[in-house]
Order: sequence, then structure tokens, then C-alpha cells
Amino acid sequence: MSGYDRAITMFSPDGHLFQVEYAQEAVKKGSTAVGVRGNNVVVLGVEKKAVAKLQEDRTVRKICQLDDHVLMAFAGLTADARVLIKQARVECQSHKLTVEDPVTLEYITRYVASLKQRYTQSNGRRPFGISCLITGFDNDKTPRLYQTDPSGTYHEWKANAIGRNAKTVREFLEKNYTPENVATEEQTVKLAIKALLEVVQSGGKNLEVAIMREDSKLSMLEVSEIEKVVAVVEKEKEEEAATKKKESKSESK
Amino acid sequence: MECLIGMQFDDFVMVAADQTNARSIMVMKSDQDKFCQLSDKLVMAVSGESGDTTQFAEFIARNIQLYKMRNGYELSPTAAANYTRRQLADYLRSRTPYQVNLLLAGFDEESGKPELYMMDYLASMIKTKYAAHGYGGFFTTALMDCHYRSNMTRQQAYNLMIECVKEVQKRLVINLPNFAVLVIDKEGVSRMDTINPTVIANAA
Repeated sequence: MSGYDRAITMFSPDGHLFQVEYAQEAVKKGSTAVGVRGNNVVVLGVEKKAVAKLQEDRTVRKICQLDDHVLMAFAGLTADARVLIKQARVECQSHKLTVEDPVTLEYITRYVASLKQRYTQSNGRRPFGISCLITGFDNDKTPRLYQTDPSGTYHEWKANAIGRNAKTVREFLEKNYTPENVATEEQTVKLAIKALLEVVQSGGKNLEVAIMREDSKLSMLEVSEIEKVVAVVEKEKEEEAATKKKESKSESK
Repeated sequence: MECLIGMQFDDFVMVAADQTNARSIMVMKSDQDKFCQLSDKLVMAVSGESGDTTQFAEFIARNIQLYKMRNGYELSPTAAANYTRRQLADYLRSRTPYQVNLLLAGFDEESGKPELYMMDYLASMIKTKYAAHGYGGFFTTALMDCHYRSNMTRQQAYNLMIECVKEVQKRLVINLPNFAVLVIDKEGVSRMDTINPTVIANAA
């Protein structure tokens, strides 16, 4: 096995591209990002890594706007993400220049994924160590959420998480995502924050949440607004725990 | 053949462009929009070589949007104007120069002032209170010299624009019946009534 994981251009005997898989490991080290597709909004939430005392907090940006109607969050190597974002932004404008229409979410996801795939098949270059959550609204106002990974594959999701502890968050979402739960903007935001709180230290300062609405208006939630939702979620959790305790007490009686 | 007129006032800029699209003796269209919106408070009116106009305008517009995406804020009118002029200049001494004359009108949010820039196909640029491109410019510049006041209201400015258009229609051998008029102020870009024969008749 040790011979086959050096070069990206070599398959291992059992059909693995180890460099790509190692890239996926790099993604798992990145801070968590979650995306939820609601009825008429899309929400992206990311875990904000604690910054050093002397570091300016606002320079750490994990949610980026690719175009007026496209938002992206990533997990993994930030520098790699910068390269992809730069190219994706140019492609968004280039597309508008050639065909006079804004990109569809699928198109730009496919573009980013193709870029990533190219780097898994050329010599001398390692794969991108990031997974992306690309979300937004198509021209016909349908909300979309796509995920790409270092191998260059992409899929559409109703809700997904990437990065550290993504599995936990995804399981939570699988249990709690229903069309009713994401009918309004408020509910969608609450679901996204609740999912993130499963794995992130509680507190508005540790989360960054972005909402994009049908009319392509982007808003980043203020810390105070996030704190409000966090407080509601915590209260609900406490109430749930309290009722469970009561039930188990009454059962044991 | 095409006429572009622009005037900058204390708190807004007004730009007018004729709406005639003609090739040789044939008028293709008399309601063409020669404006290109570069961003929320920036508009460019282009005239010149057919094809170059659209190509250049869209190219500049997309690059201005790209700047916004990359940096999170929009270019100021000054920066955008200089960028546009730089593009014109770079392409001038290449195999494929752009033959476009343009007026760039915008509202600078930081200074709170409207701005008007006039550029020609040789990439010269001036920032000015009022300007005009085309043969129509010969007649309208003199009119604006006479009647322009920087503290005019929108209605007064519109009336001055109508006077300019009337003069162009009276003295220019080519028929330019319609002029589209845009106003850029701190609220953004808004369209005024297109100056056409009915409007002129009513104003008289």
C-alpha cells in the first residue's frame, strides 16, 4: 500500500486513489459547515474557529459570495478554497457575459467539481483539500443546495454538513429535517443552528450564519440574532430533558 | 450620427441617449436603449461602432461586477471611470481597438456627490459638469453653456434636456426622434419619460 499513495496519478491495486482519500481526510479536519435548503430560503452555517487573542476576528471568512444569487461555504484547507473561489467568481461573470443569463447552481457546482477533478488526474498537482457547500437560487426561484468533495463529485442535497463531526450533524439532520420543519425562514435558520450546536460550543460568537432569500438578498446574521436562536434552542433542549426525566421517574414508580 | 447628452447637478446626474439604430439609409430600430448599467449607481451610455458598443459595455459591466464579488464592495465612479479609460487605452494600440464614445454617470456614496465622465475612442477622459457626444453635441453644448445651472431641479433639468433635443432635431440633418433619459441619484437609477415628438409638442 505504501507505494501507491505517493502519486496522485496512480491507482492502488484495489482501485483507490489514495491522494484523493487523504484529501478527504484533510476536509474532515476543517471546521464544520452546515447547509439547509428551506422552502424559500437557503441557510449556511459555519463553526467559527476561536481566533488568537491578537488576531482580528473579521478576517476569517468561511462563507463567500460567488455571485449575487450564489453562496458558498467550505471545509478544509482555506488557501485551496481561495483559489477555487477566485475561479468560480470569474466563471459566474464570464457565463453572464457569454449567455446573458446568471449561472444556475448546478452549472457553477459542475464547474467547481470539474476543476477539482482535473487536479485528481494531472501529474505534479495535488487535489484540492476542500469540500464545498454551494447554495442559492436558480433563475426560476427554486432554492438549491449542492455539495462537492475533493474527488470532483457533486450531489444535490436537502441538507448536509461537511468538516469536523459532519457525520453527527448529518445524522441529526436526517432525524429532524422534514418539509414542515423548513417551511419558514425562521424554522430553517433554527434547524441549521440547532444542527450546528450538536457539535459546536454553544454561543453566538462561535457561529457564523448566512441566509439567502428568494430575491437574492443575502444577509449575515448578527451575533445578537444568533444568540437569540441559540437561547431558544437551549431552552427547548432543557424542556425536553426535563420531560424525559419526569417520564422516566413516573415509569420507575 | 448618435447623440449622447449628460449633465451633472448638485444631487443627481441626468443622461440622455438617442434611441435610433440605423445602418446607412435604413433605420433598424427607433427604441434602442444605449445605456448599460454597470452597478447600482453607475450607468454608461455608449455610442460608436456597432457591435463594439455592446461588447465593450458588457465587458466593462461584468468586470465591475467581478470586482464587487471579489472585494465585497462596489467600485466608486472615479475608480470605474479610470478602469474603463484604462481598458480603452490598452486596446487602442492593439490590433483590435474599441471605437466607442461614452458617458459614464454615477453617484459616489462616500462623498455623496454625483459625477459625470466623458470618454472618447482615443481613451481621453474628462470629468465635467455637462458633456455631449456626436454631431448633436455641437448644438447642445452651446445651449448648456447658456442655460445650465448646477442647482436645477429634476424637472428643470428635464426641460433643459428637452430644449437640447429640440435644437438637435431642428438643426441636425439626421432624424433622431426619440431620446431615452436616465437619472442617477442617491436612490439609484431611475428612468424619466422618453423624449419623443409628443413630449416635445406638449412641452412647447
